[in-house]
Amino acid sequence: MSFIIDRRLNSKKKSTVNRQRFLKRYRKQIKKAVEDSLNKRSIKDLQHGENITIDRDSTSEPYFQHGRGGTQTRVYPGNKEFVTGDEFPRPPAGGGSGNSGSGDASDQGIGEDEFTFHINQAEFLDFMFEGLELPNLIKKQLKSTTSFESHQAGFTSHSSPDRLHLTRSLRIAYARRIALSGSSSKELSALKKRLWQLEAEPVDDQSALELKQLKQKITLLLENKKRVPFLDTYDLRYRNYVRTPTPSTKAVIICVMDVSGSMTQSIKELAKRFFTLLYLFIQKNYQQTEVVFIRHHTRAAEVDEQEFFYSRETGGTIVSSALQLTADVIEQRYGHDQYNVYVAQASDGDNWDNDSELCHKLLKDKILPMVQYFAYVEITQGVHQNLWHEYKKLQSEFEREFAMQQVRSSADIYPVFRELFASKVD
Amino acid sequence: MQREPISSDAQWTFDLIEQYDAEIARIAAHYKLDTYPNQIEIINAEQMMDAYASVGMPLHYNHWSYGKRFLDTSQNYQHGRMGLAYEIVINSDPCIAYLMEENSMMMQALVIAHACYGHNSFFKGNYLFRTWTDASAIVDYLVFAKNYIGKCEERHGVDAVESMLDACHALMNFGVNRYIRPPSLTPEQEIRNIEEREEYLQRHINTLWTSFNPKQNDSEAESKPNFPPEPEENLLYFIEKNAPLLKPWQREIIRIVRKMAQYFYPQKQTQVMNEGWACFWHYTLTDKMYREGLINDGFMMEFLQAHTSVIYQPPFDNPYFSGINPYTLGFNMMMDIKRICQHPTQEDREWFPDIAGSPWLTTLDYAMRNFKDESFILQYLSPRLIRELKLFSILDKSSSSHLKVSAIHNESGYRQIRSDLANQYNLGYLEPNIQIFNVDVTGDRSLTLRHYIHQERPLAESANSVLNHIQTLWGFDIHLESVTSNNEIIKTYHCPNKTNLDVT
Repeated sequence: MSFIIDRRLNSKKKSTVNRQRFLKRYRKQIKKAVEDSLNKRSIKDLQHGENITIDRDSTSEPYFQHGRGGTQTRVYPGNKEFVTGDEFPRPPAGGGSGNSGSGDASDQGIGEDEFTFHINQAEFLDFMFEGLELPNLIKKQLKSTTSFESHQAGFTSHSSPDRLHLTRSLRIAYARRIALSGSSSKELSALKKRLWQLEAEPVDDQSALELKQLKQKITLLLENKKRVPFLDTYDLRYRNYVRTPTPSTKAVIICVMDVSGSMTQSIKELAKRFFTLLYLFIQKNYQQTEVVFIRHHTRAAEVDEQEFFYSRETGGTIVSSALQLTADVIEQRYGHDQYNVYVAQASDGDNWDNDSELCHKLLKDKILPMVQYFAYVEITQGVHQNLWHEYKKLQSEFEREFAMQQVRSSADIYPVFRELFASKVD
Repeated sequence: MQREPISSDAQWTFDLIEQYDAEIARIAAHYKLDTYPNQIEIINAEQMMDAYASVGMPLHYNHWSYGKRFLDTSQNYQHGRMGLAYEIVINSDPCIAYLMEENSMMMQALVIAHACYGHNSFFKGNYLFRTWTDASAIVDYLVFAKNYIGKCEERHGVDAVESMLDACHALMNFGVNRYIRPPSLTPEQEIRNIEEREEYLQRHINTLWTSFNPKQNDSEAESKPNFPPEPEENLLYFIEKNAPLLKPWQREIIRIVRKMAQYFYPQKQTQVMNEGWACFWHYTLTDKMYREGLINDGFMMEFLQAHTSVIYQPPFDNPYFSGINPYTLGFNMMMDIKRICQHPTQEDREWFPDIAGSPWLTTLDYAMRNFKDESFILQYLSPRLIRELKLFSILDKSSSSHLKVSAIHNESGYRQIRSDLANQYNLGYLEPNIQIFNVDVTGDRSLTLRHYIHQERPLAESANSVLNHIQTLWGFDIHLESVTSNNEIIKTYHCPNKTNLDVT
């Protein structure tokens, strides 16, 4: 007797815990692989996981086994030309299994040198943010929502006829009818039974009287029952719709970065990390996210990502040029009500002296009223320069829209990022 | 008796599986196969990979190495570098067999015959499984082990449990009993034994005193007695019972790993027989179904294609060669035994006088029950099969730069090839012989292991890391000595690592 069981619907993820244990154990190696791959990736390209390759030796599970050497006799199949006593040089060690003599690979425990496996995006981000303590980034109330979505939320007893829910209404009517006429129905059936009984018997005076009474009672009950309406107004149920505000589903991130001579590649790497974080965060909240890259030295230009991060420019710095361009881009392409606009500016704090005032003005009059949020990070070890002080003045005025922070090293990026966005929680 | 084919479609359904299973069961009963009841479970690829990861068991305690295996398997599978097995079968009562949902109807039938009747009857009949495993208890034990280790992780931390398991896994191969221990004595027996011994001593006391030599006794007293008095080959057992610092839960974990090792011990020693037996029966059962008309020609062609690719043995110089295929060797030996029983030649009568011409079913059943790979080959590998597989022996001495062909498939070579091949399946030769030699009970409590060198084969580099693991368990210094057959120590390993000394 055999039992046949379909297990296909049972849980499949039995190995999840073991997999997590493995990832935890080799955290260091994996983190390094993630960091390497992060530098190679585009910031938009974080939608998928990554193949991680680590040294197989480090994951080996040792056990006592024979090493090479000693005397061994092995039996092989498929002899073609050998006769007893033949001798031939030992084939090179570690050769393919096709070589006679060294074919016993399983005996020597030789495997591949590298162990490659795939981690998914969530795990990738975990590793990427490791040590930075990835907090709960989502579930933040984004302000300035402009569109509404109506969706069904239960039922009401008053609404317009086009929203009438037939099944539900009739169900309630039925319940009401049972409730109101239930007892008389029982009585009615009892009376009817008695009536049929009497009708079957021969008629005498007493039974004739009872018959008459019975008939009267039955008519009365039937009439009562009829008075219970089939459908009453308070049976009616209507679909209830509520309008909930939804954040506009489109967002744009405008990344502004100083690429003047003073910005070294390592500063740019830090900026890239920051922009990446921002991108991930925004993307979790919106269905569609666009990114605009604006770089500037004395003049600003809109460029693609590659150029943004990796091309080198020299010369002075005029921040207002970039802000002006940002304002133009927002005005022309990302009208206020369709897009949630986020601007992130990264700079080492350098600016041409007279320009900072202009920056202040541009931000205050043009940009800040149009954007959801403007974040400024200054990546510098040194003292703040005039741009920082000008921006500082804005902070009190635009508490909700504007934030600025200083980043000294890569370890600061996440905490800074968190502080920049923490102001929105309230 | 010609009957209608059960199905003609490649698609399987649960009804069809049931029908095939019923027919196969009927024919298996006809051949007197004694099996546990079957529990056939259909699973998908991902579940199969889960099963792979947990060494084929339906549930298992958690450990990172299973995660590694899972990642490895799924990576290889997803990139098309490897296929998954058609089935996995577990030595349990009822016998659980996992069938892949991707299999065609033919494959499901083959797999049912192979696993649910072939392997199943082997599990139930073979003496190693009967001695060392308790099929009805294994699933319950796995549940216990998983829960116990889960609880330990809660109480003592995942890391503590993990390092414990790492250490135990490293010694898993050395955690099995190879011989049954005598049952422990009851107090009454103990008392009776003591009385018997006293009486015996009393009776011989005079001879003892007359042959007493005080000088000899003194020198004996100087040398400390070894503990354990006899070397112990079950390292995990010894550590579980004697390690000074372990806490009770740690001893229980060692015990769990030991039990698992013991459970898998018969499987390691019967691979050729087990697969050979299962292949023989899927072949025989399907053939019978075909002759009864239960399966059609198309089914049979597909079956033969699958069957022949399973039992294909690439020759040694083929790029696909990776050792002797246990399916080929096992299947051919089983078929050969049947042939010797049914149509013995003169040669067979000389080599196998006791089975030539005997009823094949009884002979095969006897062979299945009473042997393991090593003894099975030694007993039943026939000259004819050696010729068919064109087997030859290569002698590989590390002292010589040349390999030597020591025997081929001819009259003078049969016996040697047979014993060489049997040795190849002898766990005693495959694994280094390492035993617990001594514990310095009165001194630094260090543990000394001895590696008894066989055929000058040294230990692999991994020995040092294994010693680290043993040290985790034992808690004091560990020494490992490689000893030749002349009782000469030629290499020592230490943990904590003093420099490893080559004494030679």
